Amino acid sequence: MKEILAPILIFLFLGIIMGALLAVAAKLFHVKKDERAERILSCLPGANCGGCGYAGCSALADAIVEGKAAVSACAVGGEDVGIKVAEIMGAALENSVRMRAQVMCGGIDGCASKKYAYSGTNDCAAAEKLGGGDKTCAYGCIGLGSCAAHCPFGAISVRSGIASVDPEKCRGCGICVNYCPKGIIKLIPFDSSYYARCSSKDGGKAVRSYCEKGCVSCRICEKACRNGAIKVISGAAEIDYSLCSGCGKCADKCPRDVIQSIREMKF
Amino acid sequence: MSNIFLIVFGAVLTENFIFSRFYGICPFLGVSDKPSTALGMGMAVTFVMTVSSAATYCAYYLLLKPFGLEYLKTIAFILVIAALVQFIEMFLKKYAPSLYGALGIYLPLITTNCAVLGAALVNIQEQRSFIESVMFGASSALGFTMAICVFAGVRAKMEFSNPPKAFRGFPILLIAAALAAMAFSGFSGMKF
Repeated sequence: MKEILAPILIFLFLGIIMGALLAVAAKLFHVKKDERAERILSCLPGANCGGCGYAGCSALADAIVEGKAAVSACAVGGEDVGIKVAEIMGAALENSVRMRAQVMCGGIDGCASKKYAYSGTNDCAAAEKLGGGDKTCAYGCIGLGSCAAHCPFGAISVRSGIASVDPEKCRGCGICVNYCPKGIIKLIPFDSSYYARCSSKDGGKAVRSYCEKGCVSCRICEKACRNGAIKVISGAAEIDYSLCSGCGKCADKCPRDVIQSIREMKF
Repeated sequence: MSNIFLIVFGAVLTENFIFSRFYGICPFLGVSDKPSTALGMGMAVTFVMTVSSAATYCAYYLLLKPFGLEYLKTIAFILVIAALVQFIEMFLKKYAPSLYGALGIYLPLITTNCAVLGAALVNIQEQRSFIESVMFGASSALGFTMAICVFAGVRAKMEFSNPPKAFRGFPILLIAAALAAMAFSGFSGMKF
């Protein structure tokens, strides 16, 4: 009987001592935390992507409570989360538009010529150092997928030599923008309909010599647009989304398929 | 004194917890993706292993041995270590918020870590004294820290390598870990 009773009593004793110790410690060492931080944390997406510039969602929640960050600081959660956070903080929500990333290059394999065969480190920044990558175009997507490797949502994949963003998966955090050595990933409004997929600053003749899909600055799109939303700025067409009505006239007129509908991306 | 030196040297190099005893492999593979997180994990393990070596020594020789309950040491140690880590976590949160910020997220992860429990059990098995036990706990945790930091460096290099498709991800990690373990097996020939 003693062999069974002794362990039970000892462990009961140990358990009670430990339980009491923790209970006392919980009271004694209780840290008063701002309730709002916890409530904000429960609203945030919880992806800990770091897109806001803070080390994860709980750090952002603390920063919002302390007033260091805006209530709409979370780009990933967008408006829905912004409204909830604003309610908790009792502040008004500034306008925030859901954004998504877009790679402004259409130079897929076979369309854009290459100047050498790259077989080095699998990283865009490394390839950029070797004469600006293997494409003849100095502004084209290198296609080694450094953006894809750093996307916390798995929204970017490299298809036929250029990175492409899945609009459904992209949350607009903007991390990929910082990892592109060419700086050709742009954040555009989520519900925009058209984008111009070329970033080349070269003139028309040069672009024509190395890429079948590049913008040759012909300015036909400028004439087609009634709102003046599309302009050829330093060698490539750019859309001002605050003016664009999404009519698609520019895309119809573009002789080189540079302007693309987001819904029917054709390669 | 030479005894202590042997324990420290053995725990860090010849009997390294990761590379020759194969304890604590899960944090070794799990949180070694960045050198900074690896160091944080290593510091937390060092802290917990040192304190738990002392606590389990007391629990064994003051509570279990007098009642002839040596066979229950594994369960008792888990209970003691888990409660102790919880207590330390609360204490740090209150009195050392900066240390809590650095170790905080790792502390709950290692309450039931096999390396922590392993150190306690090895101490009992080798019938070490109190000082020796604490030294063994601290130095084998330092060995763990060294291993995980070295491996984090290897992983940072591997980010830019281009292994065959079948080896990408975990397979190549395990191969790298195996090569590191082989290098460490060179120490096992050292005798004093």
